[in-house]
Amino acid sequence: MLGKLSWSVIPFSQPLPLYAMGVVGLAILAVLGIITRKGWWPYLWREWLTSVDHKRIGVMYLILALIMLLRGYSDAIMMRSQQAIAVGGAQGYLPPDHYNQIFSSHGTIMIFFVAMPFVIGLMNFVVPLQLGVRDVAFPVLNSVSFWLSASGALLINVSLVIGNFARTGWMGYPPLSELAFSPDQGVDYYLWVLQISGIGTLFAGINMVTTILKLRAPGMTYFRMPVFCWSALTSSILIVVAFPILTATFAMLLLDRYLGMHFFTNNAGGNMMMYVNLFWAWGHPEVYILILPAFGVFSEVIATFSRKPLFSYRSMVLALLAICVLSFMVWLHHFFTMGASADVNAFFGIMSMIIGVPTGVKVFNWLFTLFRGRIVFTTPVLYSIGFMVTFVIGGMTGILLAVPPVDFVLHNSVFLVAHFHNVIIGGVLFGAFAGYNYWFPKAFGFTLDERWGKASFWCWLVGFYLAFMPLYVLGMMGMTRRLQHIADPSWRPLLLVAELGAIVIFLAILCMAAQLYVSIRTRASRRDLTGDPWNGRTLEWATSSPPPAYNFAVMPRVATIDAFWEMKRRGLTAIEPAYEPIEMPRNSPIGFIIAFFAVITGFSLIWQIWWLVILGLLAILLTVLVFGWSENRQLEIAAGDVARLERVRLGLGRPA
Amino acid sequence: MDGLDRPYDRTPGVEYQESGANYLSYTVGLGLAIVLTIASFVVAQTHLLWSPGIPVGLVVLAFAQIGVHLVFFLHLGTGPDHTNNILALAFGLLVVFLVITGSCWIIANLDANMMPMHS
Amino acid sequence: MTSATIDAVPAELVRGRGGGGPAPTRTVVAYGFWIFIVSDITMFSALFAAYAVLSGRTAGGPTAGELVNLPHVFIETMCLLLSSYAAGLGALSAERWRQDRFLIFSVFTFLLGAVFLFIEISDFAAMMKVGAGPSRSAFLSAYWALVGAHGAHVTSGLVWLIYMMAQVVAKGLRPHVLRRLLCFSLFWHALDIIWVGVLTVVYLMGVP
Repeated sequence: MLGKLSWSVIPFSQPLPLYAMGVVGLAILAVLGIITRKGWWPYLWREWLTSVDHKRIGVMYLILALIMLLRGYSDAIMMRSQQAIAVGGAQGYLPPDHYNQIFSSHGTIMIFFVAMPFVIGLMNFVVPLQLGVRDVAFPVLNSVSFWLSASGALLINVSLVIGNFARTGWMGYPPLSELAFSPDQGVDYYLWVLQISGIGTLFAGINMVTTILKLRAPGMTYFRMPVFCWSALTSSILIVVAFPILTATFAMLLLDRYLGMHFFTNNAGGNMMMYVNLFWAWGHPEVYILILPAFGVFSEVIATFSRKPLFSYRSMVLALLAICVLSFMVWLHHFFTMGASADVNAFFGIMSMIIGVPTGVKVFNWLFTLFRGRIVFTTPVLYSIGFMVTFVIGGMTGILLAVPPVDFVLHNSVFLVAHFHNVIIGGVLFGAFAGYNYWFPKAFGFTLDERWGKASFWCWLVGFYLAFMPLYVLGMMGMTRRLQHIADPSWRPLLLVAELGAIVIFLAILCMAAQLYVSIRTRASRRDLTGDPWNGRTLEWATSSPPPAYNFAVMPRVATIDAFWEMKRRGLTAIEPAYEPIEMPRNSPIGFIIAFFAVITGFSLIWQIWWLVILGLLAILLTVLVFGWSENRQLEIAAGDVARLERVRLGLGRPA
Repeated sequence: MDGLDRPYDRTPGVEYQESGANYLSYTVGLGLAIVLTIASFVVAQTHLLWSPGIPVGLVVLAFAQIGVHLVFFLHLGTGPDHTNNILALAFGLLVVFLVITGSCWIIANLDANMMPMHS
Repeated sequence: MTSATIDAVPAELVRGRGGGGPAPTRTVVAYGFWIFIVSDITMFSALFAAYAVLSGRTAGGPTAGELVNLPHVFIETMCLLLSSYAAGLGALSAERWRQDRFLIFSVFTFLLGAVFLFIEISDFAAMMKVGAGPSRSAFLSAYWALVGAHGAHVTSGLVWLIYMMAQVVAKGLRPHVLRRLLCFSLFWHALDIIWVGVLTVVYLMGVP
């Protein structure tokens, strides 16, 4: 009746997850209680949950990312602490069974529910504004994408309390992830969570590619688009062609687990190396999906705060395109040691070194942009400079690992762990935080507090180096990744430094929380009244902060790169154009509803409650069919209303 | 966003009134596809083609048939408005090629080195 | 900021260099669906890769040569091809506002697709009977997954077609209905293209 669910799957005997979920559960109830008390549900439903506005959806993605950052971080501090304690004779506080789940969920959450939402959220919010258009190509699909990602995030957190999570690491390699060796629901959680959120991500990629290629303001040819839009385009193209590989691979593993097939099993002809091969055919483009928008953020931030156009726009675009294509030619470097011959390893090793070249071109271009600029050292600029130093170090260790003989020594050591945290934190996370600080005033109408912003940057920078530089050394001393117990006591001092680094990162997160709190409290003094707090160069700064639902009352005519800079240079005239009525898509509950049933269906698939699976799928189908039949999905904002809003925005006196 | 049919905005798949979309295009496409299908079966099942060349012949015929579908059924042309579609498809096909041939090369190599000798 | 309508955009900004402003809805929808098709093709490529790698690993069980019924495959291929043809003629009729013709061609599209599915499902059932189910060996898992995924797409397409026919009957050939028919056409022709791949790799190359 209830599949494999029973009371025994709730870890009553294990205090740690139970207390954790208890605290989280209380926090969730408190938030829900406050919302109910203050009567905010109608507002939340109308303005956020059913919104198809790319700006709202972008903000919700960022909120999801920040919340999941806390969960991912708590996994991290638990691991660091275990490794700091469990040295030599000591056993630490996390049994291996738990430790394995923690490093698996840490990786899964950080990549799929922190980094991806950050990047997709920033793309969502910024790209239509920078292109001078009203919304993305498919606004309702946009909402569906977000809510499917949120469903995945919810389900992965449910695994804390009901059942357990995978113990296979975030990659889920067979044969360990096959039913024979992972008989419980952990791997099923991992697979279904990522299948559900993967569909959301795929749709987001399709949406973004179509928007950038087919919806731009008049006059905005491809080479007049802001570089962030180029980076969003290349990243989204990678999403579209890479994520389906992951979908198929996970589907094959699910077929093995649920229907006894033999794609990756030990017996009956299965080939577990094929999983590793296909996983990384997705996995390598995935890391470029994450980093390319971060590169785009840095291009925007550096150009704006140097008061100079970005150096060599064309080579920046060509570098992005080159990375896009090359990212599909390097994936074997994730498994040099699996047993391929020298010729195969050499080919992929050389390609992995070649792919470093376009990134190097970009770093030089950023440096040349900064050179002789009149730099303003705001928080986003600090993150950019921190990125350039940190990412280059991480990139260099990557090139080191791209040499197969070196990789034979360092593969799956903590040197590798340090490398990828180096590039992900120094690249993706710093880019996300730079973008967050840079575009926050556009989203909310007031800037973030600079002092707390800078404090959080310095804590992130110092914390990162303290936490991960020791790991490079430890890797070369022979320490493998994912160790629950450290046998060699000589590693302890470095592990303690790493633990200190993790604590400093916690301070960084506290600083970010403080920044948000203080900024909201003192927002009156930092209001963005012009819509252009940074003297920006691109079109998103040509709107009010926050922009109206329709972004631009009249679509801007673009004649150059850095369209807004050019408009300012020519002098904006406050002529009132003839406003026309604007058609915008209506809100739609379909995203939320589909996600609701996706959670039910996912949970039932994991616990094999088949009747509920069928009901859930039918409900989703019915929702789609009903929505497909509906009419009246557009809403017209009358010309008079547009005029009124614009007059208020432009400060042209009281509305007529 | 007005649904007007501008002369400079053709898109593959849509049946425009004046362009190559007409009954003739579909019928020619069907005829060619039937011929290519029969040819594939003949190549596979008889010795008309030199044996080691059969896989190559089949691949060529498959690509030809895919081309027939793209041109005659989907009206994919070389006009400027189709460039984005062709680029997207080309990149997708590149990835397909890399994934399939890459996987075959890699796994064949790994199997030779790693797998015990039974099927 | 001065304003001007889109029609006043200078000619050199318009053709093919992307400066003409936002594309019409039909173009946007068609392109979005095209990109979805590209993503579906890469999903199939992973399944094709798995098939290519695992096709020899029969674990002592049935091989492709023993199982494949080539005459059935030929009929299936013709069904899908004629179904695509009917769909194309249906699309032409729809664009020319001939609702009756569209519905007739759609019925043929559906029937031919249904025949394809019927043959395929009965072949699968026959395989189960002789112990050639998907859990027998890696080769069979890959075969069932690849051919099955294509069949699942065909099934969804048929459900979609019924839904579209209902929409046309209820609402007529309005712009948004026409856009969806366009998406269906792209989907249906793409499935035939995938079938060419399945036919070649699985059936023609696999059977000596």
